[in-house]
Amino acid sequence: MAAGTQSNGKTVYVIDGSRTPFLKAKGKPGPFIAGDLAVAAGRALLARQPFEPGELDEVVLGCVMPGPDEANIGRVVALRLGCGKSVPAWTVQRNCASGMQALDCAFHDIASGRAHLVLAGGVESMSHAPVLLNDDMVGWLGEWNAAKSAGARLNALGKLRPKYLTPIIGLLRGLTDPVVGLSMGQTAENLAYRFNISREQMDGFALESHRRLAKAQDDGLLGEIEAVYDAQGNFYDQDDGLRRDGDMAKLAKLKPVFDRPFGSVTAGNSAQVTDGAALLILASKEAVDKYQLPVLGRIIDSQWAGLAPEQMGLGPVHAMTPIMQRQGLKVDSVDYWEINEAFAAQVLACLAAWKDAGYCRDELGLDAPVGEIDQARLNVDGGGVSLGHPVGASGARIVLHLLQVLKRNGARRGMASLCIGGGQGGAMLVESGKE
Amino acid sequence: MTDVYKHWRIERDNDSICWLYIDKADGGANVLSGAVLDELNAILDAIVASNPRGVVFLSGKANGFIAGADINEFVPLKEPADALALIQRGQRACDKIAALKCPTLALIHGFCLGGGMELALACRYRIADDDARTRLGLPEIKLGIHPGFGGTVRLPPLVGAPAAMDLMLTGRTVDARTAKKIGLIDYAVPTRHWKRAAREVVMNPPVPHRPKGWLKLTNNSLVRPLLARTMRAKVTEKAPIEHYPAPHALINLWQKYADDPVRMMQEEAASVSRFVLGDTARNLVRVFFLQERLKSLGKKDMIAPRHVHVIGGGVMGGDIAIWCALQGMRVTVQDRKHETLAKVIKRAHALYKKRLKQPRLIQAALDRLMPDDKGVGVSRADVVIEAIFEDILAKQNLYRDIESKLKPGALLATNTSSIPLELLAEALTKPERLVGLHFFNPVAQMQLVEIVSSKLTDPEVARQAAAFARHIDRLPLPVKSSPGFLVNRVLMPYLLEAVTLEWEGVPASVIDKAATDFGMPMGPIRLADTVGLDICLSVAEILAQRLDVDVPPRLRELVGAGRLGVKSGQGFYTYHGDKPQMPRVKPGYVPPPDIAERLILRFLNEAAACLREGVVADADLLDAGVIFGTGFAPFRGGPIHYIQESGVEAQRRKLGELEEHYGKRFVADAEWAEL
Repeated sequence: MAAGTQSNGKTVYVIDGSRTPFLKAKGKPGPFIAGDLAVAAGRALLARQPFEPGELDEVVLGCVMPGPDEANIGRVVALRLGCGKSVPAWTVQRNCASGMQALDCAFHDIASGRAHLVLAGGVESMSHAPVLLNDDMVGWLGEWNAAKSAGARLNALGKLRPKYLTPIIGLLRGLTDPVVGLSMGQTAENLAYRFNISREQMDGFALESHRRLAKAQDDGLLGEIEAVYDAQGNFYDQDDGLRRDGDMAKLAKLKPVFDRPFGSVTAGNSAQVTDGAALLILASKEAVDKYQLPVLGRIIDSQWAGLAPEQMGLGPVHAMTPIMQRQGLKVDSVDYWEINEAFAAQVLACLAAWKDAGYCRDELGLDAPVGEIDQARLNVDGGGVSLGHPVGASGARIVLHLLQVLKRNGARRGMASLCIGGGQGGAMLVESGKE
Repeated sequence: MTDVYKHWRIERDNDSICWLYIDKADGGANVLSGAVLDELNAILDAIVASNPRGVVFLSGKANGFIAGADINEFVPLKEPADALALIQRGQRACDKIAALKCPTLALIHGFCLGGGMELALACRYRIADDDARTRLGLPEIKLGIHPGFGGTVRLPPLVGAPAAMDLMLTGRTVDARTAKKIGLIDYAVPTRHWKRAAREVVMNPPVPHRPKGWLKLTNNSLVRPLLARTMRAKVTEKAPIEHYPAPHALINLWQKYADDPVRMMQEEAASVSRFVLGDTARNLVRVFFLQERLKSLGKKDMIAPRHVHVIGGGVMGGDIAIWCALQGMRVTVQDRKHETLAKVIKRAHALYKKRLKQPRLIQAALDRLMPDDKGVGVSRADVVIEAIFEDILAKQNLYRDIESKLKPGALLATNTSSIPLELLAEALTKPERLVGLHFFNPVAQMQLVEIVSSKLTDPEVARQAAAFARHIDRLPLPVKSSPGFLVNRVLMPYLLEAVTLEWEGVPASVIDKAATDFGMPMGPIRLADTVGLDICLSVAEILAQRLDVDVPPRLRELVGAGRLGVKSGQGFYTYHGDKPQMPRVKPGYVPPPDIAERLILRFLNEAAACLREGVVADADLLDAGVIFGTGFAPFRGGPIHYIQESGVEAQRRKLGELEEHYGKRFVADAEWAEL
């Protein structure tokens, strides 16, 4: 049914982590390809460690759509970071949870004793998502290349049709479920319908997300961000999707983008299309002792779950519930929560589902509802709606930031979770400190 | 079958191909010395007799093919007849190769330069390794001569006149890919196919390369005068005939004799043997050996630096960081301001694009250069270079802050140009570890780095700093920590004299022309504008305190008015971009006759003072430092050498006359008596 890991193996520590600012896609390829972003986050992170990059046991990177020159982007990034030829590296893909999947892989390898020091995280440059030729065009190109004589070429040229030139936008296809034929936004509309979530509730959630991010920026609570620099002499040191000037009236004016004209999921209450990377260093006790590493926290448990692709936004409740059961936790025993904001409606639906006796009984097999997550403890410094959701990177970002939030508040336990396109959920339970 | 020679090795394989390895005994690189060529002559005679299927020339050394003729053999030459004999010996060997009936092929890796390239040109085919280390070219012009082993005869018909003359006139070297593109080599192949390619070509010899299309016409006797005219105009810009006669002679040679190879060969030898004995070539050969000496002062294998941390992302700090990353170091460049670091990365992009061309290499260099706003690199670096603004307290505080964070054994260097190292070192618990690494602007073009030692500096640390300079392909010059060190010190009186002249009413362009006519790469007024008048002023003021120099009020006046030079758009000249607008000199203006003397003698006098004070260890190092640090007319062999060549007494007399006219700033230094 589902794959979960309680850390009954060795303790797995999170040492440190960095991320780039998340940069909003502005309708054209952004200044950085995925590899550039991962290198910018990773090299600043590695530069402050007491060990050499070559002493890592492996590098694991989550990424949904690496660039054309980035096959196995994990390895490309490891080499660009100066880890050297002997450090193996690989890439994982679990759609929107790819970054968390990378952490989970590192978690497993350290828990089982296979590795002691792992660089893991995620990256996405959504603004560089590939634009592809359609099959007709590829077929025509084959014919063109085979045509050697002038006559054959002329003949081939005559067969070219305008519709062959229609490109396939990789990003749009990637955000559409190929099995049920719904865009991710339409699955969010499904949840809004099911739990009766209003446009006002969604917009209110979005506004709050921006407010929280603004406060976090002003108060300097995003220390994990490393500035990035482009070829033109520009630098980027903050998430640039933040709208400080938003209000309910402005949000209300936006048109629905997925279900026109009657839907309620808009660009304003959905995650932003962004570029970014987040990387963490995970270590065993041996490595912590050997290099005298400071400890940010530990990964305690993780869980993957599947559900109907049309309802993919509820993935977090399906992934978090088994962890809660396994660890004997109540909602109150978790100090802080990060549920990735793919859509405001989707996060609100997750909260509603755990409160809903029917849902908990029928879909989660529970006797009683799990309960209510205190929104004051959820996504305290904003989330995907305000700072963006570079799909491969978000899973790593929320785990890293959750650990920072726990540390800052002297709190102990945190849960990070994401919904996953295709109908899955992933969750990771962390604790701060060394034990 | 293997014959035993001292510098060559012959292997004859089953296909009867002779693989002729050059592997010069007792030398780091293959050069075509007399002994090497004598053996080659004997080998070629033996080869002709053995009737091989083909002959392949290749090197038995890992570093490259052949670096050229043996420059050491030029030095003792006195008589024109001896010079001619030396050149003809090389020509004969190449002619013998060209006359072989069987296919001949040069199989090249690493450097293939000068006489080595000419040997390769005498072969019917050339194949080179497409590795990044492969460099081919005819750099003779940089030594004040031109190719003399038949290169001027064989290259133009092979690749066409434009490419041929460009290679020979600029002396630039090319990689295998470019060499293939212009037709200098037949194939650029990876090492894995190297020998197979050679065998294939020898066994199935293709038609030798000839220029295609319009290039065929470029050696035509009707076209040559036209092309020669443009070449002359271009060459004159960079190398006036009075200072650098060889390129002009090369153009003449080609224009006159390109239709008659036999005659051209004789004329080539006659021309080169004349230049070999000339002052320009002798001094440029001297500069070549001075460069070798500077290189030898840094023993690379002493240290193995991998990570350089530069503190301060301004023009100097940023450019040092950019350069180190280009040279393969991992670099962190620390600055509190993102804006400053962003500018560094922008400049890095521009330089790497120009130098590295391939996107993959550009990306790798940029990946090595990490902006470090938090300064985390300091505790990981093997070399830490401080390049913040010139303020004693700020620097001392910085040292106090970082000393305990440094890796044990890390090199700690300052790029200060004006603060005595003794003062800075006071802030350290281990003052002996501080050394100066004084780079010059622009870092990517100025090869010299002054290695500054104070009385406290551990000599071992200074040697490590010199070794580091070699790791980043710069020339180390050990200097004493005295005001201005060597380069700024000798430049300053010369620049100030120029400012004084301008203040007296001599147009700036006239002053600059006097200096460039002497052979300076750039006139002193433009140099001051380029460096920045504020920087000139502050260096001048620091030097004025410690040496007996007056700062002309004109300099303060301009800086006070915000005219800082190129960077502010206005200094002595007005700039559009970095090009100065030259105001027209009034017709009928007669400049004073002693401009050049005033400029140059203050320069020479200060050089003499530096020698007396032991700022550098000896006169050759002084000349080397001044040439590579200021661009001082290389064909004059350096200031001290120039004094000696042009007559110590005569120069001193002139200095005396200037003293009478202009006062004590022209008092001859005591060192003149020792020169």
